[in-house]
Amino acid sequence: MIKSLSTDATLANAGLSAEEQDLFSNARPTAYEPYSIKAVEDFANWCRANSLWILAFGTGCGAIELRPLMTARFDANRFGVAGRPTPRQSSVFIIGGYSSVKTLKRIVRSYEQMQGPKFVIALGICPVNGGMYWDSYNTIKRLDQYIPVDLYITGCMPRPEVLVAGALELKKMIKEGRCDGANRYVENFDWYKANQKKVIKKWDMPDYNW
Amino acid sequence: MNSMLERLSKEFRVTDIIERHPGLTTLTVDKDVAETLLRELRDREGYTHLNFMTAIDYIERGHFTLVYMLHNYATKSSLSVHVNIDRVNAEMTSIHTLWAQAWTYQRELHELWGIDFPGSPRVEEDFCLEGWDEIPPMRREFDTVEYCERTFTNREGRGTVNPREHMAEIIFPNRGGDK
Repeated sequence: MIKSLSTDATLANAGLSAEEQDLFSNARPTAYEPYSIKAVEDFANWCRANSLWILAFGTGCGAIELRPLMTARFDANRFGVAGRPTPRQSSVFIIGGYSSVKTLKRIVRSYEQMQGPKFVIALGICPVNGGMYWDSYNTIKRLDQYIPVDLYITGCMPRPEVLVAGALELKKMIKEGRCDGANRYVENFDWYKANQKKVIKKWDMPDYNW
Repeated sequence: MNSMLERLSKEFRVTDIIERHPGLTTLTVDKDVAETLLRELRDREGYTHLNFMTAIDYIERGHFTLVYMLHNYATKSSLSVHVNIDRVNAEMTSIHTLWAQAWTYQRELHELWGIDFPGSPRVEEDFCLEGWDEIPPMRREFDTVEYCERTFTNREGRGTVNPREHMAEIIFPNRGGDK
Protein backbone atom coordinates (compact mmCIF):
# COMPACT_ATOMS: atom_id res chain seq x y z
CA MET A 1 0.00 0.00 0.00
CA ILE A 2 1.28 3.44 -0.79
CA LYS A 3 1.70 5.15 2.53
CA SER A 4 4.36 7.65 1.57
CA LEU A 5 2.03 10.02 -0.26
CA SER A 6 0.86 12.98 1.71
CA THR A 7 -2.73 12.99 2.83
CA ASP A 8 -4.95 15.62 1.36
CA ALA A 9 -7.87 16.70 3.49
CA THR A 10 -9.84 17.90 0.49
CA LEU A 11 -10.43 14.37 -0.80
CA ALA A 12 -13.74 12.81 0.16
CA ASN A 13 -12.20 9.88 2.02
CA ALA A 14 -10.16 12.06 4.31
CA GLY A 15 -11.81 11.30 7.65
CA LEU A 16 -11.83 7.50 7.45
CA SER A 17 -10.22 5.11 9.89
CA ALA A 18 -6.75 3.73 9.25
CA GLU A 19 -7.99 0.38 7.88
CA GLU A 20 -10.45 2.06 5.54
CA GLN A 21 -7.98 4.63 4.31
CA ASP A 22 -5.84 1.87 2.86
CA LEU A 23 -8.70 0.89 0.60
CA PHE A 24 -8.87 4.29 -1.07
CA SER A 25 -6.38 6.63 -2.58
CA ASN A 26 -5.50 9.16 0.07
CA ALA A 27 -3.61 11.51 -2.19
CA ARG A 28 -3.97 13.39 -5.39
CA PRO A 29 -2.34 12.02 -8.54
CA THR A 30 1.27 12.92 -9.09
CA ALA A 31 2.89 13.81 -12.38
CA TYR A 32 5.72 11.69 -13.68
CA GLU A 33 8.96 13.41 -14.52
CA PRO A 34 10.73 12.67 -17.77
CA TYR A 35 14.24 11.31 -17.49
CA SER A 36 16.89 13.98 -17.10
CA ILE A 37 19.24 12.56 -19.74
CA LYS A 38 17.65 13.16 -23.13
CA ALA A 39 19.04 9.99 -24.66
CA VAL A 40 17.43 7.90 -21.94
CA GLU A 41 14.14 9.71 -22.35
CA ASP A 42 14.28 9.18 -26.12
CA PHE A 43 14.97 5.50 -25.59
CA ALA A 44 12.10 5.28 -23.12
CA ASN A 45 9.77 6.98 -25.58
CA TRP A 46 10.90 4.57 -28.29
CA CYS A 47 10.06 1.66 -25.99
CA ARG A 48 6.65 3.11 -25.11
CA ALA A 49 5.86 3.79 -28.76
CA ASN A 50 6.68 0.27 -29.88
CA SER A 51 4.72 -1.42 -27.11
CA LEU A 52 1.24 0.03 -27.21
CA TRP A 53 -0.71 -2.32 -25.04
CA ILE A 54 -4.34 -1.28 -25.24
CA LEU A 55 -6.95 -1.83 -22.59
CA ALA A 56 -9.42 -4.41 -23.88
CA PHE A 57 -12.49 -2.47 -22.82
CA GLY A 58 -14.76 -1.82 -25.78
CA THR A 59 -16.55 1.26 -24.56
CA GLY A 60 -18.75 1.87 -27.57
CA CYS A 61 -19.29 1.09 -31.20
CA GLY A 62 -15.62 1.64 -32.04
CA ALA A 63 -14.89 -1.74 -30.53
CA ILE A 64 -16.38 -3.40 -33.61
CA GLU A 65 -13.54 -1.96 -35.70
CA LEU A 66 -10.92 -3.17 -33.25
CA ARG A 67 -11.88 -6.78 -33.86
CA PRO A 68 -10.83 -6.93 -37.54
CA LEU A 69 -7.81 -4.84 -36.59
CA MET A 70 -6.47 -7.68 -34.48
CA THR A 71 -6.96 -10.33 -37.16
CA ALA A 72 -4.65 -11.35 -39.98
CA ARG A 73 -5.81 -8.89 -42.62
CA PHE A 74 -4.86 -5.70 -40.79
CA ASP A 75 -2.72 -7.16 -37.99
CA ALA A 76 -2.14 -4.49 -35.38
CA ASN A 77 0.20 -6.76 -33.46
CA ARG A 78 3.06 -5.98 -35.86
CA PHE A 79 2.92 -2.42 -34.53
CA GLY A 80 3.17 -3.59 -30.97
CA VAL A 81 -0.53 -3.24 -30.25
CA ALA A 82 -1.81 -5.99 -27.98
CA GLY A 83 -4.96 -6.14 -25.90
CA ARG A 84 -4.58 -6.40 -22.14
CA PRO A 85 -7.35 -7.31 -19.71
CA THR A 86 -6.66 -4.83 -16.91
CA PRO A 87 -5.81 -1.14 -16.77
CA ARG A 88 -2.75 -2.01 -14.70
CA GLN A 89 -1.04 -3.62 -17.67
CA SER A 90 -2.06 -1.28 -20.46
CA SER A 91 -0.83 2.08 -21.61
CA VAL A 92 -3.35 3.04 -24.30
CA PHE A 93 -7.05 3.47 -23.70
CA ILE A 94 -9.05 3.46 -26.92
CA ILE A 95 -12.41 5.13 -26.39
CA GLY A 96 -14.45 3.64 -29.20
CA GLY A 97 -17.21 6.02 -30.11
CA TYR A 98 -19.94 7.51 -27.96
CA SER A 99 -19.73 7.50 -24.17
CA SER A 100 -22.90 7.32 -22.20
CA VAL A 101 -22.80 8.77 -18.71
CA LYS A 102 -22.88 5.27 -17.25
CA THR A 103 -19.87 4.23 -19.33
CA LEU A 104 -18.07 7.49 -18.60
CA LYS A 105 -17.94 6.65 -14.90
CA ARG A 106 -16.25 3.34 -15.74
CA ILE A 107 -13.96 5.05 -18.26
CA VAL A 108 -12.80 7.52 -15.61
CA ARG A 109 -12.23 4.74 -13.12
CA SER A 110 -10.28 2.63 -15.62
CA TYR A 111 -8.25 5.59 -16.85
CA GLU A 112 -7.23 6.54 -13.34
CA GLN A 113 -6.17 2.98 -12.61
CA MET A 114 -3.76 2.92 -15.54
CA GLN A 115 -0.14 3.54 -14.65
CA GLY A 116 2.67 5.71 -15.83
CA PRO A 117 2.67 7.36 -19.20
CA LYS A 118 -0.77 6.62 -20.56
CA PHE A 119 -2.36 7.69 -23.81
CA VAL A 120 -5.95 8.02 -24.95
CA ILE A 121 -7.14 7.56 -28.51
CA ALA A 122 -10.68 8.71 -29.25
CA LEU A 123 -12.33 6.94 -32.18
CA GLY A 124 -15.14 8.43 -34.14
CA ILE A 125 -16.84 11.79 -34.24
CA CYS A 126 -18.81 11.33 -31.03
CA PRO A 127 -15.94 12.15 -28.64
CA VAL A 128 -15.21 15.24 -30.73
CA ASN A 129 -18.56 17.02 -30.77
CA GLY A 130 -21.26 14.52 -29.93
CA GLY A 131 -21.59 13.04 -33.39
CA MET A 132 -24.95 11.61 -34.24
CA TYR A 133 -25.89 11.56 -30.54
CA TRP A 134 -25.53 15.33 -30.26
CA ASP A 135 -29.03 15.71 -28.86
CA SER A 136 -29.03 12.69 -26.58
CA TYR A 137 -29.61 13.15 -22.88
CA ASN A 138 -27.31 10.30 -22.02
CA THR A 139 -24.14 10.74 -24.11
CA ILE A 140 -21.39 13.27 -23.57
CA LYS A 141 -20.36 15.62 -26.29
CA ARG A 142 -16.71 16.42 -25.66
CA LEU A 143 -14.59 13.65 -24.24
CA ASP A 144 -11.62 15.87 -23.49
CA GLN A 145 -13.56 17.68 -20.80
CA TYR A 146 -13.56 14.48 -18.75
CA ILE A 147 -10.26 12.76 -19.57
CA PRO A 148 -7.30 14.10 -21.56
CA VAL A 149 -7.22 12.86 -25.15
CA ASP A 150 -4.00 12.52 -27.13
CA LEU A 151 -5.27 11.55 -30.56
CA TYR A 152 -8.62 11.81 -32.29
CA ILE A 153 -9.48 9.54 -35.20
CA THR A 154 -12.63 10.82 -36.82
CA GLY A 155 -15.15 8.82 -38.77
CA CYS A 156 -18.27 6.87 -37.98
CA MET A 157 -16.65 4.33 -37.46
CA PRO A 158 -13.13 4.72 -38.86
CA ARG A 159 -12.05 1.71 -40.86
CA PRO A 160 -9.20 -0.51 -39.62
CA GLU A 161 -6.77 1.05 -42.10
CA VAL A 162 -7.46 4.41 -40.49
CA LEU A 163 -6.88 2.90 -37.07
CA VAL A 164 -3.52 1.60 -38.25
CA ALA A 165 -2.66 5.07 -39.52
CA GLY A 166 -3.75 6.45 -36.16
CA ALA A 167 -1.53 3.98 -34.31
CA LEU A 168 1.42 5.07 -36.45
CA GLU A 169 0.61 8.72 -35.76
CA LEU A 170 0.47 7.99 -32.03
CA LYS A 171 3.85 6.27 -32.23
CA LYS A 172 5.29 9.33 -33.93
CA MET A 173 3.81 11.61 -31.28
CA ILE A 174 5.16 9.49 -28.44
CA LYS A 175 8.64 9.40 -29.92
CA GLU A 176 8.58 13.19 -30.19
CA GLY A 177 7.53 13.40 -26.56
CA ARG A 178 4.26 15.22 -27.28
CA CYS A 179 1.91 12.80 -25.47
CA ASP A 180 1.61 14.18 -21.97
CA GLY A 181 -2.03 13.37 -21.29
CA ALA A 182 -1.29 11.87 -17.89
CA ASN A 183 0.54 14.97 -16.72
CA ARG A 184 -2.19 17.21 -18.11
CA TYR A 185 -4.69 15.24 -16.06
CA VAL A 186 -2.66 15.84 -12.92
CA GLU A 187 -2.19 19.52 -13.57
CA ASN A 188 -5.89 20.16 -14.31
CA PHE A 189 -7.20 17.53 -11.90
CA ASP A 190 -9.74 19.82 -10.25
CA TRP A 191 -11.16 20.98 -13.58
CA TYR A 192 -11.52 17.42 -14.88
CA LYS A 193 -13.04 16.26 -11.62
CA ALA A 194 -15.57 19.11 -11.60
CA ASN A 195 -16.62 18.30 -15.17
CA GLN A 196 -16.94 14.62 -14.34
CA LYS A 197 -19.02 15.23 -11.25
CA LYS A 198 -21.32 17.55 -13.17
CA VAL A 199 -22.53 14.73 -15.40
CA ILE A 200 -21.86 11.67 -13.24
CA LYS A 201 -24.44 12.39 -10.61
CA LYS A 202 -24.27 9.10 -8.73
CA TRP A 203 -20.67 9.36 -7.55
CA ASP A 204 -20.16 6.37 -5.31
CA MET A 205 -16.41 5.88 -5.77
CA PRO A 206 -13.30 7.64 -4.48
CA ASP A 207 -12.34 10.92 -6.03
CA TYR A 208 -9.17 9.43 -7.44
CA ASN A 209 -9.17 5.71 -8.29
CA TRP A 210 -5.53 4.72 -8.33
CA MET B 1 -57.57 -17.15 -36.45
CA ASN B 2 -60.76 -15.24 -37.08
CA SER B 3 -62.82 -17.56 -34.91
CA MET B 4 -60.30 -17.16 -32.14
CA LEU B 5 -60.45 -13.41 -32.45
CA GLU B 6 -64.25 -13.44 -32.45
CA ARG B 7 -64.32 -15.53 -29.32
CA LEU B 8 -61.75 -13.34 -27.62
CA SER B 9 -63.53 -10.14 -28.53
CA LYS B 10 -66.65 -11.43 -26.81
CA GLU B 11 -64.96 -12.83 -23.72
CA PHE B 12 -62.40 -10.11 -23.08
CA ARG B 13 -63.99 -7.03 -24.68
CA VAL B 14 -61.22 -6.80 -27.25
CA THR B 15 -61.51 -3.88 -29.65
CA ASP B 16 -59.71 -2.49 -32.72
CA ILE B 17 -58.67 -5.78 -34.31
CA ILE B 18 -56.60 -4.71 -37.31
CA GLU B 19 -54.59 -7.01 -39.56
CA ARG B 20 -51.56 -4.88 -40.36
CA HIS B 21 -50.13 -7.37 -42.80
CA PRO B 22 -50.40 -11.16 -43.17
CA GLY B 23 -48.84 -12.48 -40.02
CA LEU B 24 -49.31 -9.44 -37.78
CA THR B 25 -52.57 -8.47 -36.11
CA THR B 26 -53.04 -5.84 -33.45
CA LEU B 27 -55.81 -5.59 -30.91
CA THR B 28 -56.61 -3.42 -27.95
CA VAL B 29 -57.81 -4.66 -24.59
CA ASP B 30 -58.68 -3.08 -21.26
CA LYS B 31 -56.07 -2.91 -18.57
CA ASP B 32 -57.92 -5.00 -16.00
CA VAL B 33 -58.30 -8.07 -18.23
CA ALA B 34 -55.02 -7.74 -20.13
CA GLU B 35 -53.08 -10.19 -18.01
CA THR B 36 -55.83 -12.78 -18.26
CA LEU B 37 -55.96 -12.36 -22.01
CA LEU B 38 -52.19 -12.80 -22.29
CA ARG B 39 -52.38 -15.92 -20.16
CA GLU B 40 -55.16 -17.31 -22.36
CA LEU B 41 -53.21 -16.54 -25.51
CA ARG B 42 -50.10 -18.16 -24.13
CA ASP B 43 -51.69 -21.29 -22.69
CA ARG B 44 -54.59 -22.08 -25.00
CA GLU B 45 -53.97 -20.33 -28.30
CA GLY B 46 -50.31 -21.10 -28.83
CA TYR B 47 -48.84 -17.58 -28.59
CA THR B 48 -46.04 -18.81 -26.41
CA HIS B 49 -43.29 -16.35 -27.28
CA LEU B 50 -43.15 -12.81 -25.98
CA ASN B 51 -41.07 -10.91 -28.54
CA PHE B 52 -40.91 -7.64 -26.67
CA MET B 53 -42.85 -5.20 -24.55
CA THR B 54 -42.75 -1.47 -25.12
CA ALA B 55 -44.80 1.71 -24.68
CA ILE B 56 -46.06 4.41 -27.02
CA ASP B 57 -46.60 7.84 -25.53
CA TYR B 58 -49.81 9.30 -26.94
CA ILE B 59 -49.44 12.66 -25.25
CA GLU B 60 -52.27 14.19 -27.31
CA ARG B 61 -54.72 11.53 -26.18
CA GLY B 62 -53.42 11.50 -22.62
CA HIS B 63 -52.43 7.86 -22.28
CA PHE B 64 -49.58 5.42 -22.74
CA THR B 65 -50.17 2.40 -24.93
CA LEU B 66 -48.30 -0.67 -23.77
CA VAL B 67 -47.54 -3.04 -26.64
CA TYR B 68 -47.03 -6.75 -26.00
CA MET B 69 -45.82 -8.54 -29.11
CA LEU B 70 -46.62 -12.25 -29.02
CA HIS B 71 -45.67 -14.88 -31.55
CA ASN B 72 -47.18 -18.22 -32.38
CA TYR B 73 -44.64 -20.69 -33.70
CA ALA B 74 -47.27 -23.16 -34.92
CA THR B 75 -49.12 -20.73 -37.19
CA LYS B 76 -46.12 -18.39 -37.59
CA SER B 77 -48.19 -15.33 -36.84
CA SER B 78 -47.69 -12.42 -34.49
CA LEU B 79 -50.26 -10.78 -32.33
CA SER B 80 -49.75 -7.39 -30.78
CA VAL B 81 -51.78 -6.66 -27.67
CA HIS B 82 -52.25 -2.96 -26.91
CA VAL B 83 -53.21 -1.79 -23.44
CA ASN B 84 -53.97 1.86 -22.71
CA ILE B 85 -52.86 3.12 -19.33
CA ASP B 86 -53.05 6.51 -17.71
CA ARG B 87 -50.10 8.85 -18.20
CA VAL B 88 -50.15 10.52 -14.84
CA ASN B 89 -50.27 7.49 -12.56
CA ALA B 90 -48.83 4.94 -14.94
CA GLU B 91 -49.16 1.47 -13.51
CA MET B 92 -49.74 -1.99 -14.93
CA THR B 93 -49.78 -5.51 -13.57
CA SER B 94 -46.51 -7.25 -14.03
CA ILE B 95 -46.35 -10.22 -16.39
CA HIS B 96 -43.04 -11.59 -15.20
CA THR B 97 -44.94 -14.61 -13.92
CA LEU B 98 -46.06 -15.39 -17.48
CA TRP B 99 -42.76 -14.78 -19.25
CA ALA B 100 -39.64 -14.45 -17.15
CA GLN B 101 -37.89 -12.14 -19.62
CA ALA B 102 -40.55 -9.49 -19.11
CA TRP B 103 -38.73 -8.24 -16.01
CA THR B 104 -36.05 -6.61 -18.16
CA TYR B 105 -38.57 -4.81 -20.34
CA GLN B 106 -40.46 -3.71 -17.27
CA ARG B 107 -37.28 -2.31 -15.73
CA GLU B 108 -36.70 -0.30 -18.89
CA LEU B 109 -40.30 0.94 -18.99
CA HIS B 110 -40.10 1.96 -15.36
CA GLU B 111 -36.92 3.92 -15.81
CA LEU B 112 -37.54 5.55 -19.16
CA TRP B 113 -41.32 6.08 -19.10
CA GLY B 114 -42.12 6.00 -15.41
CA ILE B 115 -44.56 3.08 -15.61
CA ASP B 116 -44.76 1.11 -12.39
CA PHE B 117 -45.02 -2.69 -12.31
CA PRO B 118 -45.63 -3.65 -8.71
CA GLY B 119 -43.93 -6.92 -7.86
CA SER B 120 -41.57 -7.04 -10.82
CA PRO B 121 -38.05 -8.01 -9.76
CA ARG B 122 -35.55 -5.15 -9.34
CA VAL B 123 -37.85 -2.66 -11.02
CA GLU B 124 -36.83 0.19 -8.71
CA GLU B 125 -33.10 -0.24 -9.41
CA ASP B 126 -31.18 1.89 -11.88
CA PHE B 127 -31.15 0.32 -15.31
CA CYS B 128 -29.39 2.53 -17.87
CA LEU B 129 -29.44 5.89 -16.12
CA GLU B 130 -27.61 6.32 -12.85
CA GLY B 131 -28.56 9.21 -10.62
CA TRP B 132 -31.23 10.51 -12.99
CA ASP B 133 -33.18 13.32 -11.35
CA GLU B 134 -35.37 14.59 -14.17
CA ILE B 135 -38.65 13.20 -15.48
CA PRO B 136 -38.41 9.85 -17.28
CA PRO B 137 -36.71 10.80 -20.54
CA MET B 138 -38.82 8.88 -23.03
CA ARG B 139 -41.91 10.89 -22.09
CA ARG B 140 -42.62 13.35 -24.81
CA GLU B 141 -42.74 16.36 -22.53
CA PHE B 142 -39.04 15.83 -21.80
CA ASP B 143 -37.05 18.15 -24.05
CA THR B 144 -33.86 16.29 -24.76
CA VAL B 145 -32.22 19.11 -26.74
CA GLU B 146 -32.79 21.57 -23.93
CA TYR B 147 -31.39 19.12 -21.36
CA CYS B 148 -28.41 18.52 -23.61
CA GLU B 149 -27.64 22.21 -23.93
CA ARG B 150 -27.92 22.59 -20.18
CA THR B 151 -25.65 19.72 -19.24
CA PHE B 152 -23.11 19.34 -22.02
CA THR B 153 -21.15 22.02 -23.84
CA ASN B 154 -20.54 22.19 -27.54
CA ARG B 155 -17.13 22.28 -29.09
CA GLU B 156 -16.39 25.65 -30.64
CA GLY B 157 -16.49 25.85 -34.37
CA ARG B 158 -19.38 23.45 -34.84
CA GLY B 159 -21.74 24.68 -37.52
CA THR B 160 -24.64 23.27 -39.44
CA VAL B 161 -25.10 23.27 -43.18
CA ASN B 162 -28.32 22.75 -45.05
CA PRO B 163 -27.33 20.07 -47.57
CA ARG B 164 -29.75 21.24 -50.24
CA GLU B 165 -28.50 24.83 -50.14
CA HIS B 166 -24.90 23.72 -49.91
CA MET B 167 -25.25 21.56 -53.01
CA ALA B 168 -27.13 24.19 -54.97
CA GLU B 169 -24.75 27.02 -54.20
CA ILE B 170 -21.33 25.52 -53.75
CA ILE B 171 -21.02 22.06 -55.24
CA PHE B 172 -23.27 22.41 -58.28
CA PRO B 173 -23.70 26.16 -58.81
CA ASN B 174 -24.42 25.93 -62.53
CA ARG B 175 -27.07 23.29 -62.32
CA GLY B 176 -29.94 25.60 -61.56
CA GLY B 177 -31.04 23.79 -58.38
CA ASP B 178 -34.58 22.56 -58.09
CA LYS B 179 -36.55 25.61 -59.04
